[in-house]
This record gives sequence, C-alpha cells and structure tokens, in this order.
Amino acid sequence: MTTQVERHSYDVVVVGAGGAGLRAAIEARSQGMRTAVICKSLFGKAHTVMAEGGIAASMGNVNENDNWQVHFRDTMRGGKFLNQWRMAELHAKEAPDRVWELETWGALFDRTKDGKISQRNFGGHEYPRLAHVGDRTGLELIRTLQQKIVSLQQEDKKEFGDYEARLKVFQECTVTRILTRAESGSAADSRVCGVFGYVRESGRFFVIEAPAVVLATGGIGKSFKVPSNSWEYTGDGHALALLAGAQLINMEFVQFHPTGMVWPPSVKGILVTESVRGDGGVLRNSDGKRFMFDYIPEVFKEKYAQDEAEADGWYTAPDTHRRPPELLPRDEVARAINAEVKAGHGSPHGGVFLDVSTRLPAEEIRRRLPSMHHQFKELADVDITAEPMEVGPTCHYVMGGVDVDPDTAAATGVPGLFAAGEVAGGMHGSNRLGGNSLSDLLVFGRRAGLYAATYAAELAGSRPQVAEEQIEGAAAEALRPFSAEYAGNTDTVDGRPENPYSLHQELQQTMNDLVGIIRRAGEMEEALHRLADLRVRSRTAVVEGHRQFNPGWHLAIDLRNMLLVSECVARAALERTESRGGHTRDDYPQMDRLWRKSNLVCELAEYRGVITGQDPAMGQIKLTRRDMLPIRADLLALFEKDELLKYLTDEELSA
Amino acid sequence: MSYRGRFKIWRGDAKGGALQEFVVEVNEGEVVLDIIHRLQATQAPDLAVRWNCKAGKCGSCSAEINGRPRLMCMTRMSVFDESETVTVTPMRTFPVVRDLVTDVSFNYTKAREIPSFVPPPQLGPGEYRMQQEDVGRSQEFRKCIECFLCQNVCHVVRDHEENKTAFAGPRFLMRIAELDMHPLDAAEETGLDRKSTAQDEHGLGYCNITKCCTEVCPEHIKITDNALIPLKERAADRKYDPLVWLGSMIRRRRTD
Ligand SMILES: Cc1cc2nc3c(=O)[nH]c(=O)nc-3n(C[C@H](O)[C@H](O)[C@H](O)COP(=O)(O)OP(=O)(O)OC[C@H]3O[C@@H](n4cnc5c(N)ncnc54)[C@H](O)[C@@H]3O)c2cc1C
Ligand code: SF4
Ligand code: SF4
Ligand code: FES
Repeated sequence: MTTQVERHSYDVVVVGAGGAGLRAAIEARSQGMRTAVICKSLFGKAHTVMAEGGIAASMGNVNENDNWQVHFRDTMRGGKFLNQWRMAELHAKEAPDRVWELETWGALFDRTKDGKISQRNFGGHEYPRLAHVGDRTGLELIRTLQQKIVSLQQEDKKEFGDYEARLKVFQECTVTRILTRAESGSAADSRVCGVFGYVRESGRFFVIEAPAVVLATGGIGKSFKVPSNSWEYTGDGHALALLAGAQLINMEFVQFHPTGMVWPPSVKGILVTESVRGDGGVLRNSDGKRFMFDYIPEVFKEKYAQDEAEADGWYTAPDTHRRPPELLPRDEVARAINAEVKAGHGSPHGGVFLDVSTRLPAEEIRRRLPSMHHQFKELADVDITAEPMEVGPTCHYVMGGVDVDPDTAAATGVPGLFAAGEVAGGMHGSNRLGGNSLSDLLVFGRRAGLYAATYAAELAGSRPQVAEEQIEGAAAEALRPFSAEYAGNTDTVDGRPENPYSLHQELQQTMNDLVGIIRRAGEMEEALHRLADLRVRSRTAVVEGHRQFNPGWHLAIDLRNMLLVSECVARAALERTESRGGHTRDDYPQMDRLWRKSNLVCELAEYRGVITGQDPAMGQIKLTRRDMLPIRADLLALFEKDELLKYLTDEELSA
Repeated sequence: MSYRGRFKIWRGDAKGGALQEFVVEVNEGEVVLDIIHRLQATQAPDLAVRWNCKAGKCGSCSAEINGRPRLMCMTRMSVFDESETVTVTPMRTFPVVRDLVTDVSFNYTKAREIPSFVPPPQLGPGEYRMQQEDVGRSQEFRKCIECFLCQNVCHVVRDHEENKTAFAGPRFLMRIAELDMHPLDAAEETGLDRKSTAQDEHGLGYCNITKCCTEVCPEHIKITDNALIPLKERAADRKYDPLVWLGSMIRRRRTD
C-alpha cells in the first residue's frame, strides 16, 4: 500500500522562513531555480521577527575607523577564537553589502544626521556597528525579505501569469525527514533527494522532491525551561541533519543572554534587549552596586573601564574612555549576574536590576526603546522610564550546529544538503556577539541559496529519485503517536500512556537544572540518564484527537528532535573539560589553550536514520574530537602577539 | 494569588462548533495565552491555537476575547474580574480552520496585490541618504506585526464577504501609504500613482474612517489618522486637481 502523500517537485527547497531561509530563497530564485520555502508558522512570523537590537556590519557610518578587520577581530574575541575563522572573515567582509541591499528592497533603518544608516553600540563590538530600527530590527528584516519575495512573485505573475511559478511558500508545514538516496546502494554516498513533512492545518503528508535542500530552521531553546525563544525552536534542523547523516559541531556552546525578564513567572525568559545597556543602562545588585566592574576577566582587562567615571565618559567620548563592563560579551555578563544572585545580592524575584531610568530622559527612553517600554508596561506593570527592570539569564541562542563548508554552506558528508543561520555551526565559535546573528543570516543565507542553486543546476538530468520505502518509513514514524499499540503499554510509568506535554516539561527541567549556565560532570551524567529515560518513555507518548491542526501531535513529533539535540549538548558539554564562552564548567573553570583548536563533532551512532540506542551510556549520539584548520597567517597578523598568546598555544604561534 | 477561573472557548471547525466551558487555574501575572497553554497541557491536548513569540512581536495569537479583538499573549488576566467568565473565540472575519485558528489567507492575497517598493534607478546599494524626519512616517506603519486584528474588525469586510474582493483592508491600504511616503520610492517615475491605485484598485473609498482599526491595533499605529486619511486627501487632490492630472499624464507619456 502506498501512503497518501501530496507530491511536488522543485529545484531547491529551503526549510525555514526566517532571515536565513528567506535570503537563501531569494538567491536561489534569482539564480533561476524553481524554489520552495517551507515553514512551520505563517509567512512572516519566524523567530527572526523577535530580534531587537540590530544587525552588525562595519559600514563605518558612525565611527569611520570601523572596517571588516575590526569586526573580524571582535567576532573572534567574542567566540574566544574557536570560530570557524573563514566564516568569520566572510561574514565581516560581506555584512555591509547585505545590509545596503536591504535598503534597495525597501528597508527603512534609523538614520544618522547625514542621512546614512545609523549604527549603535553593542556588547563586544569596538565601534557603534549595529544597524537598527528602534528595538524592532528583526521585524524590519523579516518584513523586507518577505516583501522582496512578494516582489519577485509579482514579476513572475507578469511573466508567467502565476505568482507561484518560480517561488512558493508552503506555510504551516513541518518537515520531519530529509530524504536521501544512495545510487550505488551504499549509505556512504547517499545524496539528498527531497523532504517529507505534514501540513499542520490538515495533517496530511507531503513530499517535495528536490536535489538541493537548505536547512534554515533556527535554534533549540525550547529544550530549556527559561528561554527567550518561540515554540518553533525545537531543534528540528539540527535533528534532521543528524538523521540524514550530517554532523553537528560545537553543540556544548549555548548562549544564555544575561538579561531576560524574571517576573511575572509567565513571562520569565522574554528578552530584554542588549540595546538597553548599549544606550546607557547599567546593572546593579540589591545593594545598589554596579557590580560588573568586579567581573572583568583577565583577557579583557585592557579594553574595559575600571570605574564608573571612566565608563560613563565612554558614551560621549569613546575615543578617550574605555567601554563600560556592562558591555562585555554576553557569557561574561550572564555569569556575573548568576554569581551575584547566588551570593545573595539578587533582586526580589531572583534577578538583578537593570536601570535606564536614571540614565536617560524619559522621552529619550521611549524613543530609543519603544518595545521594551511597551513590554514592561504591558506584561509586568513596570515603567522603565521611572524604575529599574529586574532581569536574569535566559537561554537565547545555540552556537553549535551543522558542520558546513565555510564558503558554500554545504553540509559535510551529505551532498545536496546546505545549512545557514542559527542551525549552522562554526561561525560564532564558543559565543556569539549581539547583532552578529542577523548579519550571519544574510551573508550565509545568500551563500547557501547560491551554492544550492549551483549544485542543483549542475546535477541537471541526473537527480536522485525518492524511494517509496523512505516515504512509508517517514509516514509510519510521524503517525506513531496515534497508534493504539502504545496505549496501555505496561512499560510506562503506571501503565498509562505518556503525555507529550509532561515529557516536554521534564526535558526542559532536566536541561535547565543539569546542563544549564554552570555545568558539573556529575550533573551532566545524570542528565544523560534522564534523557535516555525520556527517550524510552517518549515512544509511548500518545495523542488524542485527529490529525487536523493538533498541537499535541505536533509536540509529540518535535520531542524526537529535542531529545536528539539535548543529548548532543549534554554529551559534548561533558566531554569538554574547560570553560569557554557559552560553556562554563564549575569543575574546570579555566579556559584551556589546548582545547582551543578542537571541535567536538556529533553524529548519529546508529548510522542513518534508525533510532534505537536505549542505553544511556551509548545513547543515540557518537562524539568525536576533531582539530580545526590552523588560522590563516594574514588573519592572525590582525592581532597583537600578546593577545594571541592568551588563546593559542606556543606551538600554534611559532608554526 | 491563584484562583480557579472560568472560561468559554470556542471549539469546532469549518463544519461548525460551540463554546465549551472550562475551569482552570489562573496565577499571578498570567496572560490569556498562558491559560490556553494550561488547557492544552491538562484538559484539551488537541486545542488548536496559533502563537509564536508570546511577547507581542509576531502577531500570531489574534483572537476575540469577550468579543474584543486582541492578542492573547498581551492580554493579562488581571484585566478581568476573578468571578468573570472569559470567553475566547476565533477572529470572526476569517473562515475557521479549527478552534481558535482561522484561515487568514485573505491577507496574503491582498499583500501580493500591492505593487512593491520601486528602487530609485540612479542610486546603488549604500548610496541611499534619507533624513530621520522623512523616514519616520513610513516607519510608524512598518511597526505593523501583521496580527490582522484591524482587518478582522473593519466593518467593510467583517460581515460583508462580498466586499472582500474589492477592499484590501486597513493593513494593506496602510502599506500603500507607507510606500507612498517612502522618501525614495520611485513608483511615480515608472508611471505608477500609488494614491489613485489605492482609490481605484484597493477600495480606499469603502473606508468611512470609523477608526475601529486604530482602536484594536496592538502596536498603537494611528492607521486612520496617519495613513488612511492622508491617503484619501492625496487621492482626492490627484483626482480633482487639473494641474496634477496634467502633470501625471505628461510624465506617463515620457516613460512610454
Ligand atoms: C528575543 C530575541 C532577540 C534577538 N535579537 C537579536 C538581535 O538584535 N540581533 C541579532 O543579530 N540576533 C538577535 N537574535 C538572534 C536571532 O534573532 C536569531 O538567531 C535568528 O533570527 C535566527 O534566524 P534563522 O533564519 O536562523 O531562523 P528563524 O528565524 O528562527 O527561522 C526558522 C524557520 O525555520 C522554520 N522551521 C523550523 N523547523 C522547521 C521544520 N521542521 N519544518 C519546516 N520549517 C521549520 C520555522 O518555521 C522558521 O520559519 C535574537 C533572538 C531572540 C530570541
Ligand atoms: S477606519 Fe476605515 S479601514 Fe479602519 S475600520 Fe473604519 S472603515 Fe475600516
Ligand atoms: S496595523 Fe496594527 S492591527 Fe493591523 S495588522 Fe498591523 S499591527 Fe495588526
Ligand atoms: S504570540 Fe506573538 S504576538 Fe502573541
């Protein structure tokens, strides 16, 4: 019997309609490819819409000393030199062009006095570098790309009489498998041949055949209890890549943004943009002390102000003052807040105070930070022009992701698979600087679209065909939560089927408590045990109702992805016996230069697709340590030797 | 601080449905969307609802709460009395898909019918120069999160299915105003007069400035005052000012 599936065929399929996905689709379509974009939400609602502070690009509009070299340096420092340096180089070089291009598509950024795109200060960036629109930059980015897609569709309507002749958005559709085909029958040379998924509205399955697939699915935050992320962040792309035979790197690096809301409980985690600090906001503990001066790490000592007077002078005279320590990279600030709260200097609801009310006139706050003003007023009854906010760390971004070729965004080991945006790994090393994500989306989204198009065009007549067995397998997997064989299964805790919502909550609690902002070996081992247990139980998760727009079913399917990704995070975090960027070990508090050049690579233990592995010691993930290519000499030459010595070993430097 | 709240939630699909009653825990600081999520987790796992950001930024969670169009994630429970029954129904103007989820494709159809930004041919990327005062007006409209609450509330289409083909709705008439006020939009040079298309092709004339759209906008955009009325005035100028009319004819001929 063949499963009922809707079938389509395209040249390039882009999974994800955030900044990376839309930019990839625009490029692939502009290269003449028939392109499909698939997204879980409505068109224009992707996570990117939430980005606030801005997009980093060294246009030098506010400080003309800025250039790609300075941006590259800042990015490498922020990532503690673990970055895929070629990506960091391409990113720094191409970001300005990607931002200017947006203007030609209708974007309206805030302006400088001389009419150029305004740029603001942000943590870790030496000069004002973030192009922005108030504190709703992500919305502007999404809308501009969305409207550019519409304008391409209008061109197609003129030419072919059909808006969707060459570019179609399949909204509210979820991909559950990348389909691959091995021509020779050996798994080692299998290539991408399409995607399988379901339509949320009807619950019906679909297959899109395509030789090239770009993953642009964003992050993994929904595996943690307190995230700034939306429901879409279930790590789908990370899991899809693993299941298709690709590798993930740097999964131990998870960014906790220092400032999320902490009260009321129902909004815990919602982001408070870093622009609050960039525009003058300061952090204080319950004694009213500006504590960040106590937390400037050795590697950054020369770059940050040592007292309040110097820090305050920086806002108006940045050339003669060092920057305030509130603007240290995020990992530093998040750890500092964590330490203050632990030491008993926290605010009433377990955070610290972030105050802009005593720093800027009310009118100015409303103009520069309108969404923050609105958000606190509406959700917490706090007027940020008159009183401080309470903030604490929130799970925000995953640095780890699909291992890709830096120039082409092609996933290692799976021809036809590409990845860009938050789902790709390497670019940000161990810690991402604010504003460097939006620029990453555009730079590598474009590259992924371009090289996916090139790949599809070169394959031309010899495209791999989708195998019916794979479709059957994917359909059976997706339908498992409905199947009666699990109802009443005696393996479950009290003989009852599992509720996917409770499993999800347990997973979030586990990751938050045991693999969170500060990590210890014993706790992570415990986490791996719990994850194994959850994995077994998730096979008995049963959902009620039918397939039409059924959130319980959707969550049951997402659990597979969250469990896979969480295991990657826990396993890699346990292995890396040092502290660096978004990975802090209580039992190994120092950064270790020997670890600097190593990536931890995750792949599926059971080769390609079959999920078994009930043994927690084994699990589903195989971890290997891999050395990175040495940093190119001309890029190293951009740094002072003294600084390099803090990160690189003597042998690396003399080589 | 917690209490048991009473709710009536519309459940059903295109074929029909009804309000279903629930009693559920409500905690301090919660919003309506929290309650919907608690219902999913504890009583109605297949209750369909759209949401994304839970921070008022994506415009996914639109519904009618006690008959008023609102975002569920930005409606705090504290605005209701503890004894009050809170009724949540899907947006009325769009066909129901399931429970609180409606088919909003009308809006995507309209979005595609509005001619896009026309970049000035003489300027390359990086050469755009605009003053903050001049971009400010369009920026107000670009705050739109496309929640479609204004589209839902506007009486021109709310109970008048027959007007849907001719009328783009406040959100997309505002999009025309936004492009028209963009300091560098070069539509005119290509012979496109945005103001008169608003009137002639997108149904601006149906709007009788009741301001209901402005009232429900969660972004507090002054849709009527700042977008629709100026657009109407400019469209009127175009129509009746013989000089403007003549000018536009000449320009059109030149680009032929
Ligand atoms: C509150 C907040 C503020 C931020 N502010 C900034 C900032 O100021 N500057 C900055 O640089 N960065 C910021 N970031 C980070 C940045 O917004 C994200 O890293 C970035 O938007 C990710 O974009 P993306 O294109 O990779 O994915 P997303 O925008 O998340 O899009 C993912 C897409 O993939 C789709 N998808 C996922 N899984 C599937 C599936 N299985 N099938 C089909 N489709 C799927 C989703 O539907 C969605 O369309 C912020 C993040 C948050 C949470
Ligand atoms: S002002 Fe016009 S567009 Fe707005 S609701 Fe009234 S009639 Fe509709
Ligand atoms: S204009 Fe306001 S009400 Fe209308 S869609 Fe946009 S945000 Fe929603
Ligand atoms: S969930 Fe995004 S606006 Fe409500």
